[in-house]
Amino acid sequence: MAEPGDHLFRREAGRMVAALTRLFGVHNLPLAEDVVQDAFCRALEVWKLRGVPENPSAWLMATAKHRALDILRRERTARTYAPELGRLLESEWTLGPVVAEAFGDSAIRDDQLRMMFSCCHPQLPEVAQVALMLNILCGFGVNEVAAAFLTGNAAMEKRIARGKRVLASSTRLFHLSDDRDVPQRLSAVHRALYLLFNEGYHGAHAELAVRGELCVEAMRLAELLLAHPVTATPATHALIALMYLNAARLPARVDAHGNLSSLYEQDRTRWDAELIAKGEQLLDHSATGTTITEFHIEAGIASLHARARALEDTDWSMIVTLYDTLMTICPSPVVALNRAIAVAQRDGAERGLAEIDAIAGAERLAAYPFYFAALGELEHRLGHKDAAREHFLTARARARNPMERNFFERRAHEVEC
Amino acid sequence: MSDFLYLYRGGDSMGTPEQMQQSMQKWGAWLQDLGAKGHIKDQGNPLEATGKVVKKKTAITDGPYAEAKDVIGGYTLVQAKDISEAAKLAAGCPIFDNGGFVEVRPIMQMSM
Repeated sequence: MAEPGDHLFRREAGRMVAALTRLFGVHNLPLAEDVVQDAFCRALEVWKLRGVPENPSAWLMATAKHRALDILRRERTARTYAPELGRLLESEWTLGPVVAEAFGDSAIRDDQLRMMFSCCHPQLPEVAQVALMLNILCGFGVNEVAAAFLTGNAAMEKRIARGKRVLASSTRLFHLSDDRDVPQRLSAVHRALYLLFNEGYHGAHAELAVRGELCVEAMRLAELLLAHPVTATPATHALIALMYLNAARLPARVDAHGNLSSLYEQDRTRWDAELIAKGEQLLDHSATGTTITEFHIEAGIASLHARARALEDTDWSMIVTLYDTLMTICPSPVVALNRAIAVAQRDGAERGLAEIDAIAGAERLAAYPFYFAALGELEHRLGHKDAAREHFLTARARARNPMERNFFERRAHEVEC
Repeated sequence: MSDFLYLYRGGDSMGTPEQMQQSMQKWGAWLQDLGAKGHIKDQGNPLEATGKVVKKKTAITDGPYAEAKDVIGGYTLVQAKDISEAAKLAAGCPIFDNGGFVEVRPIMQMSM
């Protein structure tokens, strides 16, 4: 019996829903979701006793395709389907070829992209856009999306339902070729994917498997952007470079005992060399055009870290310069904090503390545990044991998960010795 | 060794795609384990949820005959020492996760 790949059902759910939605029209998204659910039920019933077929994806696609044909024939007069296909669905001569074409690999890739753009609707807050993408394109159930964002099921159910109503208000999927607002929508897609990736990377989730999965989904969706000429912009390259370069460090973020490990103490031999190489290559390709985005800068910073074999080899001057640029493009207290930490590495703890003191809007960092952790580290370097310990205890009180709590607890203890 | 028929009754296959995949993998693992221990005579087949019920002198009606929650969804032919071993082996069936159950029926022997 063949073993289906990890998350095969989840992946195929997104592909099938995208193809079906193009045929049925976005207003019939629930119908598309029903067809997908049917296909899985059938697969489960048959495969559990007869084993998984040689090509499970093709089996699922064929099942969904037959069901779609069935519905399009039977309910031809009762419903309206995708207006962009219009007449093509009405005649038996064209129906078959149109449906077959919709289930082709390249059509499905485009449909996933169009769905991604549709999800990033300007009427929806970013978190809702990400939740919709996870639900529709990544096949996460509402409860699984809720778990990923640490919110209640009911709240997430509401958020996703509202998102789907907004989606349904347009009859067709976002069009990549003739919509004048592609650039604007593309940057919304970038931000949503960036949020999804960061949720996985820094998110409040203790369980590593879940975090890793969110990062993988963000990268998978972002890679779809690379495959289309309209969306493979320099910013897209930079965003994916940033994801690869950061994801390369994931294996080292937790040490052998399951403890969080900071950039300063990570075993750099555990960084993923292949991801770093891919990230560097994309970063090179991103250096065209005239626009420099925050993704370019952040990828540049991640690349400087990736290139340093040891902490002492890090080019902190260059990193400070990049943070200066980042502060002009998208200033925020967190960026300022990271800049201050880089300054401390370059010029010493005292200068770093002065920079932290000077952060505008620092009160917005009051709940951010790593703000206090940074203060703790720098006070510790200056030999101020008590102050350092106090800061780490404050950080611990603000920890968002047990892993962070243990990390700050450990540092509070270590600085005393 | 005697032959027994497992009738899989009821149990819905709803859930998120991930849950359904996990459910399928559990079934695979369970049957593979039974097979490795030499208990599978015929892995069997899934049955369509619809059919006809045919009775003497009445019209043929849409079936199946059982209550929806007890409909037979499939079957497997297994070999076991006796009915109690057959029942014990069925206890590991993943169908219980979804509210279904297994009916274990001995196949009648030709030679007495």
